Amino acid sequence: MNVPAAWYLVLAAVLFGIGAYGLLTRRSALIMFMCVELMLNAVNLTFVTFARTLSDVGGQASVFFVMVVAAAEVTVGLGIVVAVFRRRHSTSVDELTEMKG
Amino acid sequence: MSATVYALPSIVVFVTAAVLIVVGALGVLAVRNPVHAALSLILTLFGVAVAFIAQSADFLAAVQVIVYAGAIVVIFLFVIMFLGVGRSRHDHVEPLVGQRPLAALGVAVTVGGLIALLASSHWVTGATSASGSSLVKGTGNVRQLGTAVFTTYLYAFEATAALLVIAVIGAVVLARRERVTEEAE
Repeated sequence: MNVPAAWYLVLAAVLFGIGAYGLLTRRSALIMFMCVELMLNAVNLTFVTFARTLSDVGGQASVFFVMVVAAAEVTVGLGIVVAVFRRRHSTSVDELTEMKG
Repeated sequence: MSATVYALPSIVVFVTAAVLIVVGALGVLAVRNPVHAALSLILTLFGVAVAFIAQSADFLAAVQVIVYAGAIVVIFLFVIMFLGVGRSRHDHVEPLVGQRPLAALGVAVTVGGLIALLASSHWVTGATSASGSSLVKGTGNVRQLGTAVFTTYLYAFEATAALLVIAVIGAVVLARRERVTEEAE
């Protein structure tokens, strides 16, 4: 018998927590993007686990679309990082303070 | 349920995937060099691919390795090397007082809440899928997923095509050097 779905769900929750902590504490925009990827992967793992548990292929289809959106998000996000780096010569999010009131 | 003995191979596969995922994720968090962080990210992505295969999501595991580990991490590495970003110098300063403890607290509450929700709920109801596209054991996973994507989720699939074109054009526009505006300044 396969391991219970709860094990994979706990693993996904831990992965999501690690990604969220990194997103909240790190300063480099690149590392923050990687932490967003970690969180997206945790959600994908949850989707696949429920697809197996409920025998519904819709969970796997959702993961497929999440992957497409993640690819688009990384492309545009890293384009923004490159554009910001050209102006500021830094990827630290603390130095982007033009809109500070 | 606790009396059930789980097959040893599935436990070994789960432990392997869990170690890969957690070690890689902690590596992304702890390592100072962005290149090493990207390499740790690959470790996590492979661990997730192993977990996908263990749960009979074969196509998604292949896409995980090709798209995530193959394309997205390469974009990360390409941007890191293109920008020449070295070790981050900003992570030891703490502009917001108490940010790290608060972040740790919030994450602990979230993960604890998720696990408590898991422990107190009974997810496996035995009910079959509501969408009518059930995951039948024995037939090919690729065929089922392909059928679902090209019938039930056809409009969403077409929308992703538009999304990808928009993303490519947006990335080109963002990363292009704007000589006209630089001369005007």
